[in-house]
Amino acid sequence: MASGVDSTVGGLNGVMARAPWRAGSIFLLAILGLSLLGIGIQAASDPTLFAQITLNGLTLAGLYFIVASGFTLIFGLMRVVNMAHGSFYMLGGIIAYLVQERMLNPDPTSFALPEATVTSFVVPLVVSMLSIALLGVVIQQVFLRWNQGQELRQALITIAISIIIADQAVAHFGGIAKEISVPVRKSIELPIVGMFGTMRLVMLLVAILVGVGLLLIISRTRFGMIVRAGVDDRHMVSALGVNIQRVFAAAFFLGALLAGLAGVLGGAVNSVNKSDDGKFLLISLVIVIVGGMGSLTGAAVGAVLLGLIDSYSDVYLPDAVTNYGVLLTFFLLVFVLAVRPYGLFGRAA
Amino acid sequence: MSEAPILSLQNVDARYGAAHVVQDVSFDVWADPVCVIGRNGMGKTSLCRAIMNLDPPAASGTILLDGVPISGLPPHAIARAGIGYVPQGRRLFPSLSVDEHLRMVKTARVGRWSPAAVYDLFPRLSERKKVSATQLSGGEQQMLAIGRALLLQPRLLLMDEPSEGLAPRIVEELIETLKGFVSEGVGVLLIEQNLGVATSVAERLVVMVAGTVFTETTASEVVNSPELQQRFLGVTPQESASEHA
Repeated sequence: MASGVDSTVGGLNGVMARAPWRAGSIFLLAILGLSLLGIGIQAASDPTLFAQITLNGLTLAGLYFIVASGFTLIFGLMRVVNMAHGSFYMLGGIIAYLVQERMLNPDPTSFALPEATVTSFVVPLVVSMLSIALLGVVIQQVFLRWNQGQELRQALITIAISIIIADQAVAHFGGIAKEISVPVRKSIELPIVGMFGTMRLVMLLVAILVGVGLLLIISRTRFGMIVRAGVDDRHMVSALGVNIQRVFAAAFFLGALLAGLAGVLGGAVNSVNKSDDGKFLLISLVIVIVGGMGSLTGAAVGAVLLGLIDSYSDVYLPDAVTNYGVLLTFFLLVFVLAVRPYGLFGRAA
Repeated sequence: MSEAPILSLQNVDARYGAAHVVQDVSFDVWADPVCVIGRNGMGKTSLCRAIMNLDPPAASGTILLDGVPISGLPPHAIARAGIGYVPQGRRLFPSLSVDEHLRMVKTARVGRWSPAAVYDLFPRLSERKKVSATQLSGGEQQMLAIGRALLLQPRLLLMDEPSEGLAPRIVEELIETLKGFVSEGVGVLLIEQNLGVATSVAERLVVMVAGTVFTETTASEVVNSPELQQRFLGVTPQESASEHA
């Protein structure tokens, strides 16, 4: 008898719980449908603009992917949510800018750096990437290694580090956004799209190379095998004679290196900005939650979705609500989590 | 010639927080296989983890491998020193194929085991090289778990409940395989609840009760004594018979 009563109560609860859930999904689907409809209408009325915005979104997605791939690599392997990842991005830009400034001896009355040569772009890029990678390893070895499995502590430690970095950045770099100078023409003519930023295309190309490179490393090399095995069961990996600490350090090196690379590219395409740390941390978080924590494919898909949403909402939203475009990002987040709680390509931990 | 035992446990203790799961365990493993038997929750798996220093209960005491202390070393160093660990539940990697499981294990120790030698030993695995470990049958999974441990060129195989969940015919194959290692001079420390497997692999049995070594006995003694079986494992002879039937 008792079980009969229980199941009735459970049934009632079920119905009551389902009603708002259904309303929520209808609401989300309506937003999704309206957005696609809106984009479709706009695309039909001005195909050139649409092509331009789409390509813009894809190049933005490239930048997002480079940042998020490092983030997801570190999380997937070590379960460390590195809240300083955005700071790595920002510092990457700052270091490259400072190195480049020294190399180019800019006119002190001008705000912008003179045009860079290949050397004066590549040297700052490499210096910055390696510095950030080393910084990542130092942070991992000094602060995180002793707190393995303590997710809250690791999150708090990395938040503290990111706050310190942010303050130091304002103190020594200033609050004005600056642009890293590049050795290429500003824009080139493309079919259909028209004039388009060269560095944006370079950024997309680099992102594709990074994606393919990471995929090859993960799927073909012994390091990749160990990383995948470590994502599954890192204790067992060490019981097979693998020094997992070294693998962790290598993953942190690679993840931070990628954040540094993205920081330099972002600083060349847009600007080096003191508020980029929080922005790119948030972007990375959204991407890996949408794509699935620890999944490289997920990071790529999440980055494309986010890049396109950013790009379309900037242009296509009515003027009155353009500033609320960022909300669409969170609709995406809610929608994905409602349908697939572990993200599009994620698995239960 | 042989002075030191392959593995020597001296006063090994392990705790999970306040729970004292392994208490003052001491015994040696020589060339002949040893099997630790005992009911569920008697600290057998914790003993394995203490030996490997793996997701460890805080462990203390001395563990020697070929006379060299290994206690306190990180797990990878213990594995490289020559202990091939085959854990309970196999703990294969779902993201890796069969072949990748064998290619990821490397050691500086020299020995006769290579991926090719493992495929020779377990031909069924070589037919399934590209298959994900999750798609293997229970018996094949166990072969792979043993195979990857062999690639460490182990001095000792530490096996935790290898017969768990396997069909009786597969268990018999497993027993034959294990006997083969013994003849090659690889030490075997087996943890088992299946008395049939325990007694056919090892003559020497260590009985664990409540985290301590309750007594040592021999296979011949236990096999013929339903009373001992009842005492050590809590199985009546009928149950025990049906378990490995």
